[in-house]
Amino acid sequence: MTMQPPAGTSCPPVMIDVRGLRVVARSRGVTSEIVHGVDFSVRRGEVLALIGESGSGKTTIALSLLGYARNGCDIAGGQIRIGDVDVLSLDDRGRRALRARTVAYVAQSASAGFNPARTIMDQVIEPALLHKTATAAQARMKAVELFRALALPSPQTIGERYPHQVSGGQLQRLMAAMALITDPAVVVFDEPTTALDVTTQIEVLAAFKKVIRELGTTAVYVSHDLAVVAQMADQIVVLNGGTVREIGATAKILRSPDDAYTRELLAARRHDDLSVASAARSDTPAPPLLEIRGLHAGYGSRDRHGLPATRVLDDVSLRIAKGSALGVIGESGSGKTTLARVVAGLVPRARGEVWFDGQPLPDSLSERNAEHYRRIQIVFQNADTALNPSHTIADILARPLKLYHGLRGNAAKQRTLALLDRVRLPAALLDRTPGGLSGGQKQRVNLARALAAEPSLILCDEVTSALDTVVGAAIIDLLAELRRELGLSYLFISHDISTVRAICDEVMVLYAGQRVESGAREVLSSPPWHPYTRMLVESVPDLRQGWLDERRACVTKPLPPLAASADVAELCAFRDRCPVRIDGKCNVTPPSLKWLDNGAAILCHHASGDLDALQVAHRMPREPELSA
Amino acid sequence: MNPISRPPVSPAEALPPALPAPAAPDAVTSPAAPRSSRFAGLRERVSWLGMIGAVLVLFWLVIACIGPLIAPHPGGAFTSADVFASYSAAYPLGTDYLGRDILSRILIGTRFTVGIALAAAVLASTAGTCFGLCAAVAPRWVDEVLSRVFDALVSIPSKVLALVVIAAFGSGNTLLILVTAFAYIPGAFRISRSLAVNLMTLEYVQVARARGEKLLYIARVEVLPNMIHPMLADFGLRFVFIVLLLSGLSFLGLGVQPPNADWGSLVRENIGGLAEGSPAVLMPALAIASLTIGVNLLIDNLRRRGAFGTGAPK
Repeated sequence: MTMQPPAGTSCPPVMIDVRGLRVVARSRGVTSEIVHGVDFSVRRGEVLALIGESGSGKTTIALSLLGYARNGCDIAGGQIRIGDVDVLSLDDRGRRALRARTVAYVAQSASAGFNPARTIMDQVIEPALLHKTATAAQARMKAVELFRALALPSPQTIGERYPHQVSGGQLQRLMAAMALITDPAVVVFDEPTTALDVTTQIEVLAAFKKVIRELGTTAVYVSHDLAVVAQMADQIVVLNGGTVREIGATAKILRSPDDAYTRELLAARRHDDLSVASAARSDTPAPPLLEIRGLHAGYGSRDRHGLPATRVLDDVSLRIAKGSALGVIGESGSGKTTLARVVAGLVPRARGEVWFDGQPLPDSLSERNAEHYRRIQIVFQNADTALNPSHTIADILARPLKLYHGLRGNAAKQRTLALLDRVRLPAALLDRTPGGLSGGQKQRVNLARALAAEPSLILCDEVTSALDTVVGAAIIDLLAELRRELGLSYLFISHDISTVRAICDEVMVLYAGQRVESGAREVLSSPPWHPYTRMLVESVPDLRQGWLDERRACVTKPLPPLAASADVAELCAFRDRCPVRIDGKCNVTPPSLKWLDNGAAILCHHASGDLDALQVAHRMPREPELSA
Repeated sequence: MNPISRPPVSPAEALPPALPAPAAPDAVTSPAAPRSSRFAGLRERVSWLGMIGAVLVLFWLVIACIGPLIAPHPGGAFTSADVFASYSAAYPLGTDYLGRDILSRILIGTRFTVGIALAAAVLASTAGTCFGLCAAVAPRWVDEVLSRVFDALVSIPSKVLALVVIAAFGSGNTLLILVTAFAYIPGAFRISRSLAVNLMTLEYVQVARARGEKLLYIARVEVLPNMIHPMLADFGLRFVFIVLLLSGLSFLGLGVQPPNADWGSLVRENIGGLAEGSPAVLMPALAIASLTIGVNLLIDNLRRRGAFGTGAPK
């Protein structure tokens, strides 16, 4: 399992060497070991990936490279050498120097890592000033160079902005700049792209890769996504439950994994086709359960046409047949969540009609009746905030039972146990609060609460996005099973195309509140697509090395020129990023609804034949899984 | 003084790896444990520091009830010719500026301090929390009205308010409770409102709204349990302020009427003995300190059910 120290002189020297690392956690006087003797080493200039599910100890190991153990944890044994420094024997002052010069850390959530009250430049150069590695002027110049290397827009002036004035992907790159400002020999990236959209992820990954290569930095990249790691890493360490399952070169791990767990991880990425479409789709179309026509919604005060100041949804129509699932795909900010909230009655609609089971659905919650409340349930993305931390699981599940079905006492208890069984949770969890559950367990409770109402329609808002691959796949399996057995309908919102494809019969792509494409699930599999759908589909990382470079080569081509836009409200929102935009059309007239040969409806100026020609010709080689 | 934004994060919060990641049951240990012994449960919820706090508070509550019975001298009796006397067998805590027994005066004063200040603090915090919840949960105009009314009240200095009210209605213990409580409601309202407004945006409240819950249920069951802890911390602080306000009022002759005296007044009237290090000024101050520390220790160490962190804001 361990690698030998360098034998020949041709190899670069070993930069990080970890031997027998053990980390223990203390909780109420009970000590448990969470990392059990981990060994690995990284040569200078290499990128090593730590991969595993949540709870595998990957972040704990990454943090111990900085000589840091999280609150409640202790590094119990082993040896960590970085260069010629023995990290674990350092005192406070030594660790401070280590973090100043040698090891830097890029955290998962950049928005939590920046102080909103100070400019970005102040914060990026702070490590250099704090550790006195440069004067303020030098540090500023260096920061601008780093901004340029990280492909940030207007590198000269972006530092003058405040964190809320840049996008999430830019902030993540700025955080890398902050880490790199002191020229560290080693950078630890802790899931830096997990919270980003696929389209943004590509840019961030490419920027990281370039800057690592240019500066010759040694990097440790923590992730749960094998496809991302495949683009970044030279070596992969597969972790499970605090032990190393497999270490090897990236190509080898991807092609011929030795360990059963690694194979499981690889398999979890490829969702099986879980939809029950074939069974449910008969010749007579099922009556629609939910139908939305011409929906406009948003936030802020209304203008004289009754449209809100910030428009989030723009003329959206959809139909969900009884027992079927509609997937809504889009980047963050595309209005997916607002759509679910409008249906749930949490956001008022400005215009448009919503029909539920043949009846008009009232706009505001106060006008809806108990049946509406019961039959439409919403499941939020983040189970941490969707479950009340001061209630026990029993309280959480019993409430809808009492409210909708009048169940109390023993009957409620029986039903609660049945619900837990339904979502495959042990009955022992009943007396715990959500704080004592893992992420996957919380999401199951979240689902069970919705099921308690015995709903017809569940609005699933990114239910798997906060979970890692294996746990997420299990939740998707569960959803598919529930649908099969209970005949539920889903409005399934996600930014992950493979998830949507796995569970939905129909899909709808939203961009900036406009429905740019909709059709049966198969339309995602092969071109022609709407240009935006194509960008989404092709931004999902492939599980092979070199994909990122090919993809960058494709997307860095300059966009066709486009003159200033006419003052028409309904112009295509995607025209600013569209690689096939047409000057004189896209910036002048609103696109019309067009039908593609595969049955999809798109909002675009290109005709089906055009798109086919454009996309098939320029199509990148893909894995066979996508054409399945 | 910022108990609002950061709920305490227990060390266990930082340890998701220690928990079983998949749905693996550890059915053997947990289901029976919480039921087996109420007392063990209580001991688990309150640490030893909290126990110290509980003992202090209980001690003073008992004294408040039986103080006059066990006091060696009548509270107002001039028992000694010696003023600001030090500790002695006859006067264990010395004598005050008029030669009265300090121990007796503290024992008798306990019921005024604990009674009036505690009652006023409970009243102020409860009313403030209710109004704050109301403002956060109810429609916007209710929030506007309540907030502006309390803003207006905040602008009146509490002492001036108390002066005016007492001048108008005369002094009395009930009135003192009401006045001091009234003076501190706006602060409690501000804090509880800001806590509740933040909680209202969380998804579990949205889920409850979409479920068709009534406003009262949302306020009582979904929001209140999650803001009770910071509100209790605020209560501890408010209690101390009220003790100070009471002693100020007593100094002006508007508080507890002589010969009775609450602890704050005892400190005030014996302040002349400070230069001599007289126990007459130290002991009432110690009494105030022990009660406030007791209250705060108890509150800070009350754990939530489940004893796990609530999940830090991401």
